[in-house]
Amino acid sequence: MEATVTTANSEEKTWGGGNEPMKASYGKLMMWFFIVSDALTFSGFLAAYGFSRFKFIETWPLADEVFTHFPFMHGVSAPMYYVALMTFILIFSSVTMVLAVDAGHQMKKNKVVIYMFLTIIGGMIFVGSQAWEWKNFIKGEYGAVETKGGSLLQFVDKEGHRVALADFATTLPEEREQLSRSKGSWFMSESSLPAYSVAEVQAGFKAHPDLLIRTEVITKDKQKTILSRKDSELRLTQASLVVEGANLTHNEYGSKLFADFFFFITGFHGFHVFSGIIINIIIFFNVLLGTYEKRGSYEMVEKVGLYWHFVDLVWVFVFTFFYLV
Amino acid sequence: MSHEHVSNTKRIWTVFGLLSIITIVEVIFGIIKPASLYMNSFMAMSLLNWLFIILTLVKAYYIVWAFMHMEGEKSTLKNAVVLPVIFLVLYLLFILLTEGNYIYEVFKNSTIKWNF
Repeated sequence: MEATVTTANSEEKTWGGGNEPMKASYGKLMMWFFIVSDALTFSGFLAAYGFSRFKFIETWPLADEVFTHFPFMHGVSAPMYYVALMTFILIFSSVTMVLAVDAGHQMKKNKVVIYMFLTIIGGMIFVGSQAWEWKNFIKGEYGAVETKGGSLLQFVDKEGHRVALADFATTLPEEREQLSRSKGSWFMSESSLPAYSVAEVQAGFKAHPDLLIRTEVITKDKQKTILSRKDSELRLTQASLVVEGANLTHNEYGSKLFADFFFFITGFHGFHVFSGIIINIIIFFNVLLGTYEKRGSYEMVEKVGLYWHFVDLVWVFVFTFFYLV
Repeated sequence: MSHEHVSNTKRIWTVFGLLSIITIVEVIFGIIKPASLYMNSFMAMSLLNWLFIILTLVKAYYIVWAFMHMEGEKSTLKNAVVLPVIFLVLYLLFILLTEGNYIYEVFKNSTIKWNF
């Protein structure tokens, strides 16, 4: 009997809790493993984005043509500057968060308060920026036409610059009323109608002989294909839908999946930032009330810090795969 | 525990500087798109994209190691967190990107025109 009994460590309660084989507290460890699972969720989303992109590699929208807005610079094409700014804001709020954790280690309550406050402000600015980005994405800039087969036609002038529908579409004496539930014969409605009908776009295109059509297909020099005037006129006869801006079923930028993934992945990330702000606010008030001062440890700040850095980490990847690659 | 109670503010600011520089470099490359990198590809992806991905991984390393203070944790914790993520992400990417490319080839080479 004695031969089978382990005598080593018999004094320690191995399964009773309290010992830390990884030298991290239970809460911190669980935060790490939550982050692992959340990281895998985001990886799944981004890998699915990669899948769809590889599937439609020849027709995928070029990101620097989509995200070109910068606040107070209307009409100026400024690709990427705005997202770069957003990245800076988030990295900076990560820095203030880690400074708060650092001050917590030294039990400096006032410093923790200041840095937590800055982190919350940074997060709010980021979410606000993302809302602005979404607004521009949903509103669109030029408008496009979708064919019966589901591919997208955009309009360019002789130099290859994009032309907005509003700049050439004519107004025909036709009326098309939006179907709403109150007018439908059954409980039917439809989404808001675009400003121009297909016929108006076609008539406007005919009246402007210098306009050409740009298709989704990417050429060898990584530009979108521009058709000749003759081919353009032919392609436009297949138009079935005017698309302005973006929603989950149609968007003026190109592949429908592009907008879906944009909304889903940046939306899910934005939701993480939002919940991070809420958690930060709760911890901020706890710090103010002196909860952690009484507890003798600011580890809670460290735990939310881990979450906040993770949100920043995800954004670094979203930035790369949506805006750069 | 890994709490050495000395302030490592200096390191935090150094890492912030580094992350900012990498982001600025990425944006500059993204705007000028040098043809030598943009037009040549390695394993079905342009060299520029490889550069972006490598720089992103460098940024991720610094965020996890410096900001999340992974460098101060025990190696069992490091391995338990990092290895499953790396393995599963590589696995997932391999499967999905190969499959995506395969479907692209099928669409491209099929006699039925699917997007017109």
